[in-house]
Amino acid sequence: MMLKKHAIVAATLALAALSAQAHDMWFKPSSTVLSKSDWVTVDAAVSNDVFFFNHRPLGLENVKVTGPDGATVEMKNAHKGELRSVFDFKPEQPGTYRVTMLANGVMGGYKDANGQPKRVRGTAEDILKQIPADAKDVRITENVRRMETFVSVGKPSAIANTGKGLEMKPVTHPNDLVSSEEATFGFLLDGKPAANLEVELVADGIRYRDGVSAIKLRADSNGMVKVKFPRAGLFWLSADAQDDKTTVPQAKERRLGYVATLEVLP
Amino acid sequence: MAKKVLKFSVALSAVVGLPAVAAGLDVNVGIPQLQVAEYHKPYVAVWLENADGGVAANLSVWYDVKKRDAEGTKWLKDMRQWWRRTGRELTFPVDGVTQPTKPAGAHALSFAEGKNPMPKLAPGQYKLMVEAAREVGGRELVSIPFEWPVKQATSLSAKGSTELGQVKLDLKP
Repeated sequence: MMLKKHAIVAATLALAALSAQAHDMWFKPSSTVLSKSDWVTVDAAVSNDVFFFNHRPLGLENVKVTGPDGATVEMKNAHKGELRSVFDFKPEQPGTYRVTMLANGVMGGYKDANGQPKRVRGTAEDILKQIPADAKDVRITENVRRMETFVSVGKPSAIANTGKGLEMKPVTHPNDLVSSEEATFGFLLDGKPAANLEVELVADGIRYRDGVSAIKLRADSNGMVKVKFPRAGLFWLSADAQDDKTTVPQAKERRLGYVATLEVLP
Repeated sequence: MAKKVLKFSVALSAVVGLPAVAAGLDVNVGIPQLQVAEYHKPYVAVWLENADGGVAANLSVWYDVKKRDAEGTKWLKDMRQWWRRTGRELTFPVDGVTQPTKPAGAHALSFAEGKNPMPKLAPGQYKLMVEAAREVGGRELVSIPFEWPVKQATSLSAKGSTELGQVKLDLKP
């Protein structure tokens, strides 16, 4: 049973990495702009339709909340339901709080000594230990995925970049978005401008319109994207990239993902 | 005692000296009577915007000042444009700016140039901005453009349609 579950999870993740249409991961924060320290609750799920709970909850093991000073903020009331995960946190200081999920690992498969195919998924260290020395057809892909959302109390503060994987380097602060003004976002791949990156935006409420109506954008040579949001509301931003700059020698391919939940005010 | 005398003499010279009255503006904010099941007095922000959209002066911010643990500041963000332009930079309560919420009716505010909270304004184009937000209600922003300094007393007005009524601006040279 356990194995089966793992296989399903791995398959789901693989699909999510391959195609944005399969299953999307997302955070849905209760507030993003606060004038006073207050509780914020976040729903997190993996679903077919962005912002609708219709598939499975998001595992919270790799989710972290950090304050404007970079310190970790305690997550309270974490709960994993059948269709969604929930947690609360209380931003106390002025500035920008960041909810981040980093999913870095490897996945793939091999054939054991008897020629039986095996799937593997986990951290690079674990996986390499799992694969026997006599394994054949070892195929390993490295995954570097980041998902985040932002909550500001008072004046928004700067958002730091790590220089690892696919990241957003905001020009317009994510807690400073209004439908009447154009916003600019920069994207980085390992700290360098992600030129020509394809970026997709999906507005909340897919169920209440005839199509997903994703907004497709392409970053310029400096990794910059400009967008005029068609309306206020929650937007799910996603970008994927692929290259061969793996940090795990056994992996030939690296898949990178970036997802952010943005709230646009009227 | 000496302080009192000094104050008196300053006031006296202001009356005697020229110009007799400092330049300034009077704002009258109309809060409409609304027939709704749940009514909360609106939060209102009054500020001056300069030609490039920057904030020239924060004139008045009405919110539930007396709530325990500054709970009233929770909804300041709902005056969205004001919050984004200047509110989030401030620490509350703001001296001479913060005021309690007010009921339906016309509310007169008077500001003299160079006297808190209205600074000396450089000559140019300005906008009087009045934004109202109401819990379990809506949000509305009304603006009145004007030029500073004013040559002669001028009355301008604008009308809100939901959360704000008549907003009047009297400019005094």
